[in-house]
Parts: sequence; structure tokens; C-alpha cells
Amino acid sequence: MKCRRCKAPAVIEIRRHNAAFCPPCFEHHCTEQVRKAIDEFTMLSPGERVLVAVSGGKDSLALWDMLLDMGYDADGLYLGLGIGDYSAQSLVYTRAFADAKGAKLHEVDIPAEFGFDIPTAAVVTRRVPCSACGLSKRHLFNKAALDGGYDVVATGHNLDDEAAVLFGNVLRWQTEYLGRQLPVLPAAHGFPRKVKPLVRLAERETAAWCVLRGIDYQVEECPNAEGNKHLGYKAALNAIEDSSPGSKHAFYFEFLDKVSDRFTPQAQAEQEGLRPCTGCGAPTTDAELCAFCKLVQRVIR
Amino acid sequence: MKVLLRNPRRELDVAGPLRVSALLERLEVNRETVLVIRGDTLVTGDAVLADDDQVEVRPVISGGA
Repeated sequence: MKCRRCKAPAVIEIRRHNAAFCPPCFEHHCTEQVRKAIDEFTMLSPGERVLVAVSGGKDSLALWDMLLDMGYDADGLYLGLGIGDYSAQSLVYTRAFADAKGAKLHEVDIPAEFGFDIPTAAVVTRRVPCSACGLSKRHLFNKAALDGGYDVVATGHNLDDEAAVLFGNVLRWQTEYLGRQLPVLPAAHGFPRKVKPLVRLAERETAAWCVLRGIDYQVEECPNAEGNKHLGYKAALNAIEDSSPGSKHAFYFEFLDKVSDRFTPQAQAEQEGLRPCTGCGAPTTDAELCAFCKLVQRVIR
Repeated sequence: MKVLLRNPRRELDVAGPLRVSALLERLEVNRETVLVIRGDTLVTGDAVLADDDQVEVRPVISGGA
């Protein structure tokens, strides 16, 4: 198989683009897709300070690598989730990348700073671990960005992530979530701007980026994610993608183009009802404590 | 050839020569969900794997959102 751009031997085929690329042209392809997403959705402006949410996985390290290469002022934030060896090893990969690039890495260790870990939070709250994990990440990334004076938080959500979340929300017509499922969430009411520059890349491409760039990342799956709904949605979408390449891209981008604005008024109305948490000051729809402060209170009680 | 699989980590012996696409079919793996790495280099579906190759079939699907 030959590279579509230069006709050299290809190392990766991307069926939804009906293309294959050699290593240099694949890097060009990925960079162009990220640049296109940033420009199309006005994600980042020159001179802005970007905080990249890094986990040690392929997506966030690829994103950080690309943003640094593109000249953005991008620091990283790693959250220690207390998920045993998985978290410990993920931190090793993250630190190694930051050291190799000479990039600034912030670290927040949830067990050390808040007195609980994600597996314990799941047991106490009787909900799946991904629930406490996502809640904690959203809260602490917002806080770190605002405290650190960053203009924007960039996350490694890719096309597969966004298509799978959309699939789940559409299955149950969760319209309150559909109104917020955008590549950019503007800064408002105590929230920093949040952007997803990888939405035009599938996770197979972010993994390939890391392999070809020599970036070691956490290949093993999070032990808490096994069997979760999100993986089930991805499996369903990949079965469709296998027989009809481009389906995931069309599903997500046609949603953005044709119907997402129908759901934004509901999401905006929810934003209007936010008030400061009495514990930490973060915006919340609840009368007193925000969801994160409630979680901390329940788990360390 | 030695074929490394992940989640859970295990190794298989598979006779070569064999195309990457045929290996994935034999393993019943969706090609959209993995990278195939020979040595330290990615290979496309039409590449032929030799009997003495070291191959990794690396999953790329993450469960977090």
C-alpha cells in the first residue's frame, strides 16, 4: 500500500478518508485535522495559555505533543485518581513525556489532597467508578485552570469518544446533554473555556501518532472501565464503521451541523440557574454544595 | 510468528507467512479497533507477516469519556 501524498510505502490506512500514509505524511494529516478543528470551531487563539488535561493515555499525550509542536503555550495537568498500579504507571508515562519535551506539568493527587480515591468513591456512592472519576476530573480541571490563570482547558476527546457519547445520549434522547455536546464550550459563570481539538481524529489515529512519534503511553485499559456502557457504544459504532467507513464522522459532524443548535437553549437555561457552591465557590445547580464537595463529604465521612 | 495481544496481555504462536488482514480475521478482531505493529513499526492490512516476525495487535479503544 502506498502513501496517498508521496507514494512512499504506507504504514497506516485510514479507510474513512480512503487513504494510507507514510509516517511523515501521517503526521501532516493529523496536524492538519487538528488545525482544521481549531480553526473551524475557533478553539484557540495565538498567545492564549492552554491547560491540557493529561492522563498518560494516547489521546492526551498526542494532543499535548501536537499543540506544543504547533507552537501553543500548553502546560499539562495530571490528576492522580488512586487507581492502584494503573494510576502509578500513568503518571510515569506523563512525567516522562513532560520531561522529554521540557513541558510544564501540574499534578494534583486526589488521595493526598482530598483523602479519597476513585475506587472508594464508587463503593461509597454505589455508582460506577466512571461517574465519580468524571465528576472529579471536570471539577478539578476547571479549578486548576481558573486558579492558574489559563484561558482554556484542552481535553483529548477524539472522534470515537464524541460519537459514542452522542450515540448514548441519542439512544435515551437525553436532550439536556445533547445541548452541551460541542467541540467548544465557551467560558461562562465560573467555567473556563473547554475545547476538544482531536474531534476530527479517530482514536486509532491518536494511538498511531504516539507509536510513530515514539511516545510511550498507558496501553492497558483502566481496570474500572471494563464492560462500561461507553465501550459498548464504541463496539457498536465500530461494527458499523467496519462495513461503512466514515459513519462515525458523519454521525457526529452531521449532528453538529444539522441539529445540535436545537438543544442549546435547554443547556443555556441550565447555565442561567447556576449559583456558587457554599463549600468551594464553584458554579452549581444545587442549592448549597456542588457535586464534587458532596462527593468529598460523603466519601471521607 | 509471535503475536502479542492485550487486555488481557497474552502471546500466541501463529504460522506465517500471513497477511495482516487475514491475521485479524483469524483473531476475530475488528480492524477499526487495533493497530498492528511489527517490531517497532506500524503495518497496513496488506502487509505480509513472516514466520519469524514479532507482532503486536494493540487495541486503541479507551473506555473513559
